[in-house]
Amino acid sequence: MAEPLLVVEGLTGGWGEGVVLENLSLSLREGEAMALLGRNGAGKTTLICALMGVARRRAGTIRLGGVPLERLATEKRAVLGLGWVPQERNIFRSLTVEENLTAVARPGRWDLRAVYGLMPRLEERRSNLGNELSGGEQQMLALGRALMLNPRLLLLDEPLEGLAPVIVQALLAAIRRLVRDEGMTAIIVEQHAHQILPIADCAVILDRGRVAAEGAAAEMLAAPEILDRHLGLNAH
Amino acid sequence: MRVLLHAVPWLAAIAAYFLMPERLPLLSSIAIAALFTVSLDLIVGYAGVVTLGQAAFFGAGAYTAGLLAQNGWGEPLSGLLAAAAVAAVLGLVTAPLVLRSGALAGLMVTLGLGLMLYEAANKAAAITGGADGLQGVEVWPVLGVFRFDLYGQTAYLYSLAVLFVLFWLAKLIVASPYGLSLRGINGNPRRAPALGVPVKTRLTVAYALAAAYAGVAGALLAQTTAFVSLDALSFQRSADGLLMLVLGGLGSLYGALIGAAAFTLAHHALSEASPIFWQFWLGIALIALALYGRGGLMGLLRKLMPRGAGS
Repeated sequence: MAEPLLVVEGLTGGWGEGVVLENLSLSLREGEAMALLGRNGAGKTTLICALMGVARRRAGTIRLGGVPLERLATEKRAVLGLGWVPQERNIFRSLTVEENLTAVARPGRWDLRAVYGLMPRLEERRSNLGNELSGGEQQMLALGRALMLNPRLLLLDEPLEGLAPVIVQALLAAIRRLVRDEGMTAIIVEQHAHQILPIADCAVILDRGRVAAEGAAAEMLAAPEILDRHLGLNAH
Repeated sequence: MRVLLHAVPWLAAIAAYFLMPERLPLLSSIAIAALFTVSLDLIVGYAGVVTLGQAAFFGAGAYTAGLLAQNGWGEPLSGLLAAAAVAAVLGLVTAPLVLRSGALAGLMVTLGLGLMLYEAANKAAAITGGADGLQGVEVWPVLGVFRFDLYGQTAYLYSLAVLFVLFWLAKLIVASPYGLSLRGINGNPRRAPALGVPVKTRLTVAYALAAAYAGVAGALLAQTTAFVSLDALSFQRSADGLLMLVLGGLGSLYGALIGAAAFTLAHHALSEASPIFWQFWLGIALIALALYGRGGLMGLLRKLMPRGAGS
C-alpha cells in the first residue's frame, strides 16, 4: 500500500528554547480530513506551525507525498502543497478580495471561479479591500487564498474561532463540501469537537505535545468518555 | 468614464507641447522626473523598500548612455536599453546588501552606495569628465528620423513617448500576480512565505526593475541634454525623487506622475520668483502633506473622484 500523503515521525519542537511537541508521530491519507483536537496549549497550533517550518523543529521528519519537508523553507513547503490558514488569517489588508486571491494563485483545479463557487460571499465582496471585511469574511478569504495555492493538504487552524453563529454555519458548510465532496485532504484544528468530528474522517487528540488518542472520527463521536477525559468541557 | 480619466494626464502632456512651445526643456525635465519617480514608486511604494540612493541608478544610466554616445554609438533607443541593462545589473548586485538587514540598515546601505558611486564618478575624471561633466555627447536622430533640435521638440516628445510606454508597462506589472504579491509582502512580509511567495527573490527582482527604470530616466536626460554632470548621481536627486513620490502619493503610479509634475513646476515657479524661498515653501508643503494629506495629491484627487476611478 502506498505511503499516506502526510507522514510525521518523531517530531520534537517548539518555540525558541521551549519544547512543545515531544516525539510526535501521525499520518494522514490522501482525501481524508483529520480533526486535530486538544485543550488550550496542547500543541495544536505549534504542530501546524512546525509543519509549515515556522515553529522550531529539533528532531523528527515530515514527509508530504514522500518528499522530506523538514529542512525546507516555508515558501518551498507552500509550493510543494501545504495550504495554511493560520488563526490570525493574515489577509493582505491593502489588496482587494480578488487581488488577495490572484496574488498567490498557482495553476490547478482551484481558480477564482471555483473559490467563488464555494464561497459566493467572496464574489459579492470581490472589490472590497481586505480591511473592509468582517471577521467571517476574512476567514473565508484566508481559506480561499489557501485554496488558490492548489494545495495537496489544507491546514486550517481554528477556522471557526470567534465568529458569529451564522458565519460559522456558512464556513462549516464550505469546509464540509471541501473535504466530503471535493476530496480535499485537510487537518482541521478545533477546540470544539462536536462541530468538526461529524465532517472529519479521523481524529487526533493532543495533550501536552503528544498524541493522547487517535481513531476514526465516528468512533470518537460514539465514545464521549475519551473526549471527556482529554478535552473536558470543551468536547460539548 | 475611466478610460477618459486615464487619458487626461497624457492629453495634458500633449496639449502642453502646443501651449508652451518655449518651455519644452522644462516639460522634458518633468517627463524624466516622472519616470524617475515611477521607478521609486515601484521599489518604495509597491515593494516597500525605502531607498535614499536611487540616483545611483539614474546616474549609472546617464553615464552609460552618455559614454556610448560620446564614443561613437549615438543610437538613442539602444542607448536606453544599454542604460537599463547596466542599472539593472547594478541593482541585482547591490540588492543583497540592501535587503539582507532591517529597514534602517538597508536605508543606510542605499545612501552609502549612492555616495560611493558619486565619488567614484568624480574621481574617474578621465572617463566621466569629473566635475566638468561628460562633454561631446552626440546623439543620433530617434529612429533615424527625428533629429534632436534646438527647441527641444524631439527631446520632449521622445521623453514623453518613453515615459508613456514604461508607465503602462509598470501598470501591467503592478497589476500582475507578481505585483500583487509585492504589495502583499509590503503589507505583511512575515506571512508571505506561507503562501509560497519567496520574499527575497521577489524584492530583488523589484529592486533591479526599479533600477532599470531609473537608468532609463538617466539615459533620457543624457540623450536629451547631450550632457551628463555629476548632478545625475547626487543625493539631492534621490531626495527630490522621494519628495515627488510622497507629494504625489505612494503606491499609485499616477501619483508619481502628478508628484513629479507638481514638484518640478512649483520648483520652477518659486525659484524664479524668489530662489531662497523654494526650500521654505517646499518644507511647509511637506509638513502639511505629512499631517493632513496622507496619500499625497493622488489621495486628494481620489476623494474628489468617484470610487474606483484611477489607481
